[in-house]
Amino acid sequence: MSRLEILRFALRGLAANKLRSFLTTLGILIGVAAVILLVAFGEGASQSIQQSIQRLGANTLTISASFAGGGGGGGLGGAGGGRVSAGQNSGPRTQARSLTLEDARALTDREQAPSVRSVSPVVTANSATAVHEGASHPIAQLVGTYPSYFEATNKPVESGTYFVNDDVIAARKVMVIGRTVAEGLFGTADPVGKPVSVSGVPFTVIGVLKESGSTGMQDADDVAIAPLPAVQQSLTGFGALGSIIVQATGADATDSAQAEVTAVLNQRHGITPTGTADYRILNQATLQETVSSTIGIFTALLGAVAAISLLVGGIGITNIMLVTVTERTREIGIRKAIGAPRSAILGQFLLEATVLSLLGGLLGVAIAFAGTRFTIAGISPVLVPSSIALALGVSVGIGLFFGGYPANRAAKLRPIEALRHE
Amino acid sequence: MTVPVLSLRDITKVYGRGDAEVRALRGVSLSVERGDYVAIMGASGSGKSTLMNILGCLDVPTSGDYHIDGTDVGSLDERRLAVLRNRKIGFVFQSFNLIPRMSALANVELPMAYGGVGAADRRARALAALEQVGLSDRVRHEPNELSGGQQQRVAVARALVTAPALLLADEPTGNLDTASTEDVLGILDGLSVSGRTIVIITHEDDVAAHAKRVIRLVDGQIIEDRRQAPVDGLPPRMPEVIA
Repeated sequence: MSRLEILRFALRGLAANKLRSFLTTLGILIGVAAVILLVAFGEGASQSIQQSIQRLGANTLTISASFAGGGGGGGLGGAGGGRVSAGQNSGPRTQARSLTLEDARALTDREQAPSVRSVSPVVTANSATAVHEGASHPIAQLVGTYPSYFEATNKPVESGTYFVNDDVIAARKVMVIGRTVAEGLFGTADPVGKPVSVSGVPFTVIGVLKESGSTGMQDADDVAIAPLPAVQQSLTGFGALGSIIVQATGADATDSAQAEVTAVLNQRHGITPTGTADYRILNQATLQETVSSTIGIFTALLGAVAAISLLVGGIGITNIMLVTVTERTREIGIRKAIGAPRSAILGQFLLEATVLSLLGGLLGVAIAFAGTRFTIAGISPVLVPSSIALALGVSVGIGLFFGGYPANRAAKLRPIEALRHE
Repeated sequence: MTVPVLSLRDITKVYGRGDAEVRALRGVSLSVERGDYVAIMGASGSGKSTLMNILGCLDVPTSGDYHIDGTDVGSLDERRLAVLRNRKIGFVFQSFNLIPRMSALANVELPMAYGGVGAADRRARALAALEQVGLSDRVRHEPNELSGGQQQRVAVARALVTAPALLLADEPTGNLDTASTEDVLGILDGLSVSGRTIVIITHEDDVAAHAKRVIRLVDGQIIEDRRQAPVDGLPPRMPEVIA
């Protein structure tokens, strides 16, 4: 009795009851497709979030003032000081200081901060309205900074040029605008060289940023970037910096850069090792790690839910195979009477179950392939090859495992009893 | 003298235990020579079905020895019993017992498939067997497209296609009309002429009249063993048919 022969018997058995076979297959199909699709969506979400983070710039630290810890100077800080040992922090509690241009300059010191590649102080004027020949557009983010900002935050210019250090020193009123701003003010015309007035101050557009797409709620292209002193003079005043963007020398240098920046700022702001810092450092790499681990948990949960539906499909196979065995008891008896060995009967029913589940698995993979071509809720799913292998493997395993009990029951039937069965 | 095809010695079969004990066979001894055509008769409850199951290796006796074609059946495990059924015994049942949704040809091929015969050889032998029972024009039909007589002839073809030592028929004409009964019994007579060993279980005298030897069973014991024709002769009804 060859294996091929047993397979033929199994296929014939399935073909005899097509609707039932199809419905059983459907259970596995849905399970497998759900596993692959949900994992693909998790992966797609993870990748799109990673890209958004990447878009903020590579290997960067964003330093911003934090008023929560030492905020307001005296009151809260005093309470904080009271908690630590008196010997260490006996002097007057440091006042929370905002970030200054001097802080930024100190960070460029090669001696103290060797892992820092560039430092870009940033001031941001929110909701400044730009006007050009009657057309007006509220710029979501008007940034005043240094030329290194473009590289650190990964904002390449598509047409025109960047501004340079000379522009910063001379406080020239030039700006590089994002795609949304360009469309809002100039439509399809080329904005380079055109004048724009922002809150009554005339600027000249010298470049347009490459489109970077929106990240969540925020439109990353609704932005204008100008030299720091120009923005300070005309819009924000020479006060505190909004933030400082530090680019590390490499991907593996972000942690040491963070340590160096912390040391420099602690010294300048007079923060003791036990005190609460008055600034906050957002590390690109740690952010990415946190996000990806969160998404990982999320994906695992989705996968688990899908796995349950796969399990339910498997139980469906057991159920239908038990019915089949009962229904075909007499046939099993005949086969045994004319000399079918137990192994042939076992093989036939086991194969029937496995073919059902494998077929469901393959169709499920096909459906999942089709499903991942659609973008749902802004997430384009990314197929994870291992999830396909796993889902297919599990579906075959389910066939063998859940088909095993009914098949064994069929093989153990005694021929006289099976023949007597009506 | 050659080894008998069937040799039973003091076969007993007891079902149940204690008060519910039923002694279906109470010491049956029987020997069937090659080429014989035996009818086992008895009323219902006489133990003939039990004897048939034991002869067909579908059931094991409670005590006693059973040799088929020289092989001691009692010493075989289940796997070897399956092989034995496949090689040595061809079954014909009262209710035909063809496998539904399989063509006549596939049904006849089935025992050879389990016996490991190659596909081409199998097809040729199955077609030959179907021709022998006069169903060459029905090979593609499924059981539910055939009449009772035709189904039983397919079953006979299936039983003889492996060239078994013993053809075992359990009330083969019980579900058939008169014409079909004559057809099937004619085929069995023909097989007997060609030297097959046949054991047929029946309660009809008309059917038993075809056999060379009639054994009557009452309450699990043989009470009559009558020979109607010599082992190497023609079946008793055969001369009439020829004449």
